[in-house]
Amino acid sequence: MLTLEANQVTVTYPSGLTALRDASLRLSGGTICALVGVNGSGKSTLFKSLMGFLTPTHGSVSINGRPVREAQKQSWVAYVPQAEEVDWTFPVSVHDVVMMGRYGGMNFLRIPRASDRAAVEQSLRRVGLWDLRDRQIGELSGGQKKRVFVARALAQSSRIILLDEPFTGVDVKTEEAIIALLRELRAEGCLILVSTHNLGSVPEFCDQVVLINRTILCYGPTDEVFTPENLTEAFGGALRAFEFDRSTVEAHDDRQVTVLTDDERPLVLGKRGHLEYRERQGREALVSEREERERAARAAKNGAQED
Amino acid sequence: METLLTPFRYDFMLTAMLTCSLVGLVCGLLSAFVTLKGWSLMGDALSHAVVPGVALAYYAGLPFALGAFATGLLAAWTMNTVRLKTPLREDAVIGVVFTAFLALGILLISLRPSQIDLRTIILGNVLAIAREDVIQLIVVSVAVLVALLLKGRDLLLVCFDPNQARVLGLRADLLQGFLLALLSATAVAALQAVGAVLAAAMVITPGATAYLLTDRFSRLLGLAAALGAVTSFVGAYLSYFLNGATGGCIVTLQSAVFILALVFAPKHGLLATRRARKEAAAA
Repeated sequence: MLTLEANQVTVTYPSGLTALRDASLRLSGGTICALVGVNGSGKSTLFKSLMGFLTPTHGSVSINGRPVREAQKQSWVAYVPQAEEVDWTFPVSVHDVVMMGRYGGMNFLRIPRASDRAAVEQSLRRVGLWDLRDRQIGELSGGQKKRVFVARALAQSSRIILLDEPFTGVDVKTEEAIIALLRELRAEGCLILVSTHNLGSVPEFCDQVVLINRTILCYGPTDEVFTPENLTEAFGGALRAFEFDRSTVEAHDDRQVTVLTDDERPLVLGKRGHLEYRERQGREALVSEREERERAARAAKNGAQED
Repeated sequence: METLLTPFRYDFMLTAMLTCSLVGLVCGLLSAFVTLKGWSLMGDALSHAVVPGVALAYYAGLPFALGAFATGLLAAWTMNTVRLKTPLREDAVIGVVFTAFLALGILLISLRPSQIDLRTIILGNVLAIAREDVIQLIVVSVAVLVALLLKGRDLLLVCFDPNQARVLGLRADLLQGFLLALLSATAVAALQAVGAVLAAAMVITPGATAYLLTDRFSRLLGLAAALGAVTSFVGAYLSYFLNGATGGCIVTLQSAVFILALVFAPKHGLLATRRARKEAAAA
């Protein structure tokens, strides 16, 4: 069973700053889970703790029920870094970088075997970079750069994959290609955790959400967690809202409204704060299903009160 | 022709040229990692910080490499500790620590001028190198070579992406410490060849030059090693005719090659980038 668990993790840096307090979390595969919070909310601290880059001051992390150190030795977790963390002038080729995903399973001298080469080729083909394998990594476009590191995570064949802000500075086409790939991995049972501050893209591809602000505020299915109340708590005053009922739209436009944004997708919430999606197709029954669920929840609550 | 071959007829010249080549090779190889890790300042610092160790080892009658290696590591450890415990920036910490070590070294040597010559340590004197020192150099060089052969790929990964190394279960901090230890050991070797003042160039310049010439790590490694070995050999050879300091000859040569690369490198050279800019403007 694939699990990723944080038990009351507190991280205090040597400067005295407590970046994360009492954070608890338990995820299991297959899922695509978003980790959402403002800058400075402890997102990257939680990421670092989960991957064992730093040791919590209190609490612990366990992966598949085992300590992080063992998970590292077994290469259970793969990591896709933020673009800013990578030295793009480093003299390595695309192929070299993806091969670095295979080091864990290689012998002492790290000499690749045929199986390693095959895995690298397969991963590169899967992200569509096989033809560019001999390029130096700095010679790639923004979207291609991102895909190199996704390919490395694939080559590592880990079942738990953490991606740090994978869609920053990436074109729409690459974003969709990566999302499609993540969905395939979820279908294969992988556990995928994506840190992001882009709210609008979350309902599009994440089935679960973790909201974080110095601690884990709440987590669970996207529909339940992505409510205006929870988001306000997570973001404080850092969110901008465009409320249609107060806007000039209300008077004359009769549902004919187009929302444009630059690289971030808008998060659109309905009348009582429920999520709205970009595509109606495949979600025709969304409203009735939601009402059904709410009725059931009310009935259960009333039942509990009568007892 | 006859005159050109004269250096090869003297034993001390042969020893000097071969010793310098070996040291140049090892320093060149390591300089590739130093450049990629962004540790040039660290290489500079360590090559100076080993001086008190050399002095103490001479006084105690121990192999100088041992003393130098120990102080090199001590200096690295001190820098790391001061950096973690204070809000000072890294460059200030490195500057304070290495000059402190160097000053202590100079003081120690000057206290007993009869035993070691300050000039030998600071400027190197490979032409008069003692037999047991040559043996020490060979041992240190071969040890560093073997270490790089065995752990080169892991070190490369740590230079490029320490987090990926951790994710794969490698001890990134240990590997970085290992690279520092290799750097200390190499600084000792370089000190014998060109002296403490110029030792830094040996562990920085070949790597920086090769960096301008290629975009592949394996080629960078080969180029840096070859540059280090050839410039050291030729530099020692030329010093016979110029009657100048060997260290000065070697490092001047290395710097000249760097300038050539800076101007003429096929992709990252000044001429190439200017051509690329013009083409981009024309298109």
